[in-house]
Amino acid sequence: MARAAVSGRLIWRVATVAGARWETPSARTLVLDLPDWPGHLPGQHVDVRLTAEDGYRAQRSYSIASAWSDDGDPVELTVQRLDDGEVSPYLTDGLAVGDQLELRGPVGGWFVWRDTRPAPVLLVAGGSGVVPLMAMIRARAAAHARQPFRLIYSVRTPADACYGEELRRRVRDDGGLDVQFVYTRKTPEGWPAPPKRIDVATLNTYGWPPDFAPDCYVCGPTTFVEAAADILVALGHDPGRIRTERFGGTS
Amino acid sequence: MNQLDGNAMAGDLREVFAVDVTAARFLCAGCGHAGAVATLRLWGPAPGQVARCPHCEDVVLRVVHAPDRIFLDVRGAVRLELPLADS
Repeated sequence: MARAAVSGRLIWRVATVAGARWETPSARTLVLDLPDWPGHLPGQHVDVRLTAEDGYRAQRSYSIASAWSDDGDPVELTVQRLDDGEVSPYLTDGLAVGDQLELRGPVGGWFVWRDTRPAPVLLVAGGSGVVPLMAMIRARAAAHARQPFRLIYSVRTPADACYGEELRRRVRDDGGLDVQFVYTRKTPEGWPAPPKRIDVATLNTYGWPPDFAPDCYVCGPTTFVEAAADILVALGHDPGRIRTERFGGTS
Repeated sequence: MNQLDGNAMAGDLREVFAVDVTAARFLCAGCGHAGAVATLRLWGPAPGQVARCPHCEDVVLRVVHAPDRIFLDVRGAVRLELPLADS
């Protein structure tokens, strides 16, 4: 993995949208061309800044979805549209290929996974909280890392799951990756359980035993993160190994 | 209001500091709780961000962007412990 810059001066850059694809009806991945990008660690984010004609500015943080490699792969952001949002509807519905965007990053040195860490990894995602965790799954594969990963991914309905096809492929091809979905509103046909929120049984059954001392990464809306982190601590996980990232928006 | 956490302060703090401060450990002046700056509860939005202790909710850090300067209020942190190498 490239040495990502975690120190040094931070500057605003201009990114060009090189491509875009819908992950769900309300989440869109932007493929960005960023000359001289210094590389990033999985879990890091960027700040995006929009400036209106009258000079009004709005700034938001978005997690990077892609892994970085020395090949200079493009940087991808997956943005969930918040209908009352000030920035996200523009990124999901207004921005076209070829348009430019002002951003700075990568930033954040705490909610990151490094392939030098030997521990097994538990990823717990609520909604679009999956984005930085997907970067970790992709970085693990890119580095041919062997640490076993488990992802528990809570979504409202099957249609709300990002990266569904890629996750299915990776479970088959990336040795040591397991994925378990939790559906809170509507399950797929034939799903063995009714819709429910993430709970003790889910994390106990599909997570790692605390004895394995996994590194746990939890990302999602505040209420989701707090519920999941509390359960992990109650199950006996070391709070020092639980890293959390909360974002606004609804669960 | 959207409640975020200290992770979202990374960009603004990196305008001021040469290293990532979200990975630093703070010691809360109010209750003595220690944790990563990334775990602070953040109230925003711009121009001012207020970061509170997740344990006692006292204000630990405040960052205010004025047009020509940044105000950084650290009265709620007894100390910041900054890792020097990637860790």
